[in-house]
Amino acid sequence: MKVISWLMGLLIFTVFFYFNFFVYDGELLFKLINVLLFSSLLILIRVMLGPTPADRIVAVDILGVLIIGLLALFGLHYKESFFMDIGLIWALLSFIATIAFSKILEGRRLDE
Amino acid sequence: MNNIIGMILICVGIGFDFLGVLGLVRLPDVYNRLQAATKCVTFGTAGILFGVLFIQGFNNFGFKALLGIIFIFLSSPTAAHAIARASHRSRIPLAKVSIIDKYEEDKELISKLTGEPIEKK
Repeated sequence: MKVISWLMGLLIFTVFFYFNFFVYDGELLFKLINVLLFSSLLILIRVMLGPTPADRIVAVDILGVLIIGLLALFGLHYKESFFMDIGLIWALLSFIATIAFSKILEGRRLDE
Repeated sequence: MNNIIGMILICVGIGFDFLGVLGLVRLPDVYNRLQAATKCVTFGTAGILFGVLFIQGFNNFGFKALLGIIFIFLSSPTAAHAIARASHRSRIPLAKVSIIDKYEEDKELISKLTGEPIEKK
């Protein structure tokens, strides 16, 4: 059973990388953006089936960090600098949300 | 030349991001997953932003990327520390293969020295 799931994962990764880097005909920047979006999909899998609440908090925190990189790459392609503003605000809100979630997980109230 | 160095930094950063996310999916425990996931920050996204800084130079886009690197480096270890402390205090168990738990030993030692009981949930 373990070997079958391992082979399934390897097959999915191989198919994704083959279609992304050899079949899809686009710029190099969009291929890299596709890799980041695939990573976000894996993070959403962990959010869905994480056994404890702490797993979900870690996954959402890392999703915020990935989205900052994604917005930087979009700004590099469209040659606009306001994408980086959105990224900075996203980082700030994600940090505050993570601190609040961990306080609730510890069992304390937010105004201590 | 700056374009080539920037694209190499962006590619390395995306590779680190992908490997960190793979660790987040594969590893068995909250603490192990946290250890793998903070690798996304230190060279993943910071590498991407540093490559953007190399490509753009010191115009307004590059300065915003530098500001993002500084903010991520300040905020992300704080968040990781808070999550690890909260999950250990709310009694989320370690994986079965783990053999040592220094924080629990420290709490027992402190309770033995001061005479206060360990708070249990």
